[in-house]
Amino acid sequence: MTSATAPAVPTGRGTAAFGVRATARITASARAGGTILPVLDGDGPFELRRLRSRGSEARVCVVGAMSAPLGGDRLRIEAAVQQGAVLHVTTAAATLALRGPTTAPATYDVHLSVADHAELRWLPKPLISAAGSNLRQTWTIDLAPTARLVLREELALGRTGEPPGRVTTRLTVRRGGRVLLDQEADYGPGAVGWDSPAVLAHHRATGQILVVEPDFDAEPPTFRGLTDTSQDGLAALTPLAGPASLITAIAPDGLRLRHLLNTAHSTHLSR
Amino acid sequence: MNRAALLILADGRFPAGGHAHSGGAEPAVAAGRITDAGTLEEFCRGRLHTAGLVAAALAAAAATGHDPLALDQAAYARTPVAALRNTARKLGRQMMRAARATWPSAELDTLAAALPRGAHQPVVLGVAARSAGLDPLDAAYAAVYETISGPATATVRLLSLDPFDASTVLARLAPELDRVAAAATASAQRVAAEGVDALPAASAPLLDISAQQHATRTARLFAS
Repeated sequence: MTSATAPAVPTGRGTAAFGVRATARITASARAGGTILPVLDGDGPFELRRLRSRGSEARVCVVGAMSAPLGGDRLRIEAAVQQGAVLHVTTAAATLALRGPTTAPATYDVHLSVADHAELRWLPKPLISAAGSNLRQTWTIDLAPTARLVLREELALGRTGEPPGRVTTRLTVRRGGRVLLDQEADYGPGAVGWDSPAVLAHHRATGQILVVEPDFDAEPPTFRGLTDTSQDGLAALTPLAGPASLITAIAPDGLRLRHLLNTAHSTHLSR
Repeated sequence: MNRAALLILADGRFPAGGHAHSGGAEPAVAAGRITDAGTLEEFCRGRLHTAGLVAAALAAAAATGHDPLALDQAAYARTPVAALRNTARKLGRQMMRAARATWPSAELDTLAAALPRGAHQPVVLGVAARSAGLDPLDAAYAAVYETISGPATATVRLLSLDPFDASTVLARLAPELDRVAAAATASAQRVAAEGVDALPAASAPLLDISAQQHATRTARLFAS
């Protein structure tokens, strides 16, 4: 996944040419009707804060302790939600991908696993791909057959008034060992066709909300378009080939994307 | 090996049902995103490098002889939108009927029996290419060409675009067809060692969103 460069320094920016290599880990376990966090290890730019629990749900906020990801960084977050536990993860601020001291791409890998009768709500603030940045992001998600998931991701291509950086993502969701969703995106300078009227047209923000809910087996949500005006963005809700649904949205900018996803989420997927 | 079979398979007049579909061009014309030859070319380029790459890789892997049922699952995972899954299965059924009549084979019979509701069209296309004695790169070419010829032909009808302009768009994209077909075939070659995860999964949000909206419209010229 990461390219074979020389060994990176563990943390800090001492040797700029190598970038930061950091892995943050969270493990959530069910205990006495609640959820405890036996592992909550921040690393490098990821500082993890435990927030006040809500019911049986443990809540964690990822706080950016330094500017990242920059070119050359190798960042990874792993979260495991064990049987019966409920974990909610947010970020304190948007993640800003910037051009680093090298032109090498940064990698940002998120690996999430959710066991039977467990639930993960992964609701970070947007990723912003600043001009000149180059980020390769992967999401690898393994769900047990009765696991629940709410995953939201938002991507803004460039800060206000600037062109986007290059960003590639691959999202792979497995449920019971079978691939439920496999999706790649490649946007920004050097990507072919990303600005096409078939892909993003003039839109500069894209996002989705994935909900995996075993109860959908009985009654899957029906698909529909959610908006019809390109000035405010476009979104659609569709059932996947499994007990899951996906809202896909694009908008002219991150603010309108956020509004669109908030509306779509609260109207169509609240439970 | 009979290369001329590729011309039959990729011909728009091959009776596999493709003429009823615009490959997303109809909703793009309706929304004002395709207005002329230039925007048609950009539309086709975006579709080629996303849906076209994925379809070509699936077709090349099927033409190699990899398990079509595993490839059909991979196609499901790469097609999040229900409207596009329905279209892919419907076109798969029609391709299956045409291919079994044209190049009968036990592999086509087995796939038809395993998935009576239809396999995804690129998977059937790949098995059909194999039955016709074509190689994986040929199957990839048939898939990528269809990815752009469908919208180009549809736009001639939808916009009254000059057919010469549409042909020019296709010709201008020809070098990219070569590159995408080669990349798709290269990824199909990795399936033996790495499994179907080696296949690309490039997505196009606007194709997805507008396909869904289009499926619910009653006044439309093309099914997709």
